[in-house]
Amino acid sequence: MISIVNYGIGNVGSVVNMLRHVGIEVDLVATADEVERSKALVLPGVGAFGTAMRALHECKLVDALKQKVVAERTPILGICLGMQLLAKESEEAPGCEGLGFVDASFVKFSDHRTSERLKVPHMGWNTIDVKRPNPLVEQDEQERRFYFVHSYYARCNNSEDVIATCRYGEEFVCIYGRGNVWGTQFHPEKSHKFGMQLLSRFAAYAC
Amino acid sequence: MTLKTRIIPCLDVKDGRVVKGVQFVDLIDAGDPVEAAIAYNAAGADELCFLDITASSENRDTIFDVVARTAEHCFMPVTVGGGVRRVEDIRKLLLAGADKVSINTAAVNDPDFVARAADKFGDQCIVVSVDARRRQTQAPGQQNRDEWEIYTHGGRNPTGLDAVEFAAKMVERGAGELLVTSMDRDGTKSGFDLELTRAIADSVHVPVVASGGVGSLDDLVDGVKVGHASAVLAASIFHFGTYTVAEAKDYMERHGIPMRRDTNAGA
Repeated sequence: MISIVNYGIGNVGSVVNMLRHVGIEVDLVATADEVERSKALVLPGVGAFGTAMRALHECKLVDALKQKVVAERTPILGICLGMQLLAKESEEAPGCEGLGFVDASFVKFSDHRTSERLKVPHMGWNTIDVKRPNPLVEQDEQERRFYFVHSYYARCNNSEDVIATCRYGEEFVCIYGRGNVWGTQFHPEKSHKFGMQLLSRFAAYAC
Repeated sequence: MTLKTRIIPCLDVKDGRVVKGVQFVDLIDAGDPVEAAIAYNAAGADELCFLDITASSENRDTIFDVVARTAEHCFMPVTVGGGVRRVEDIRKLLLAGADKVSINTAAVNDPDFVARAADKFGDQCIVVSVDARRRQTQAPGQQNRDEWEIYTHGGRNPTGLDAVEFAAKMVERGAGELLVTSMDRDGTKSGFDLELTRAIADSVHVPVVASGGVGSLDDLVDGVKVGHASAVLAASIFHFGTYTVAEAKDYMERHGIPMRRDTNAGA
């Protein structure tokens, strides 16, 4: 059973649909008590960093998530904005503290950092380069495509947290992982069979 | 690793049914938008767009059911446009399973609506639909020049607004993508208005989807290479089986455009 954190932000329905499609049992958790009872968590999210952190606070989920993830080492997968919330901070909301499970900061794509003229958000299908063995995606020669929609990307302070990268103007981290904490910048739930594979693998690892 | 150019089939939906029909050989019911969506999902479409043209308010809710049933079977991004006027409309569409919503008339009437929506749901899910027609303007002592004027209500009502200026303003308010439709070309199969597409694509920093007028695969290539679009939207060439999505991708790839190749990617 995978518990999807439902804090009023994001596309909970799409994540539920795909997990069910690949035969995984899911439930939605919206309170601290429900989070406390979960065995594996998915933190989805679309929207803005500051709004989402406020929503987690308003739902009184921040302490419960910290207890589960840090103290009990419950596996968690953050998707897109959910990945960003697992980090310490984002340029999108200066001064707003993230959950801080991964030592990373999010910065905005900018023309200034590259010679290419970039359209932002980075929106559409892109391939990834897997940097080290991990439970989510195989490290082999196959080209895997995932659907991205985002304007901010991770800068990891510990290079060993970098699981996979993607390129848009410059190379950026698109999967990170530390211990029981995982994040994908792309949307596996919108990424056809490669997304199904990834979520199935997360479920196999986490449950 | 390169960002792929997207091909987006668009389905016009009225009262929960596809209008104009979709002539896929293997569809049992060509009027069911969900069946059409599933077929496109299996055919390797990169995204899907529903345009709800339901006129009567009592049938407005039919689109939520269409989106919800589609989202159960299709694991690709879905944009829904038509009749999006309130924050509550967006919330309901996203809850039903839409990933992006496209706003047209409401964005013209109240640009701050776009700002409120982007603030609430994030730029990435707010698409502003820029529906424009060509017009000639005459300034004293200068040559006539072509411009484009914004229309609302499915291309019926002129607004006097300049399309390029309007596009820039919408991006400033938080639109994460622009769907640029030439109302002159829509349904003509004579190709995108490439000058319009390019004028907007070159002046904004968000992705532009070219729409209106596709009749051949060369039109798709031109939309990207000449029009500078990040994605191309088409309806009839796919619906009526003139070309498959895979053929379009083959063709565009042969012309040097990076495509997502995985036609058996469906569920």
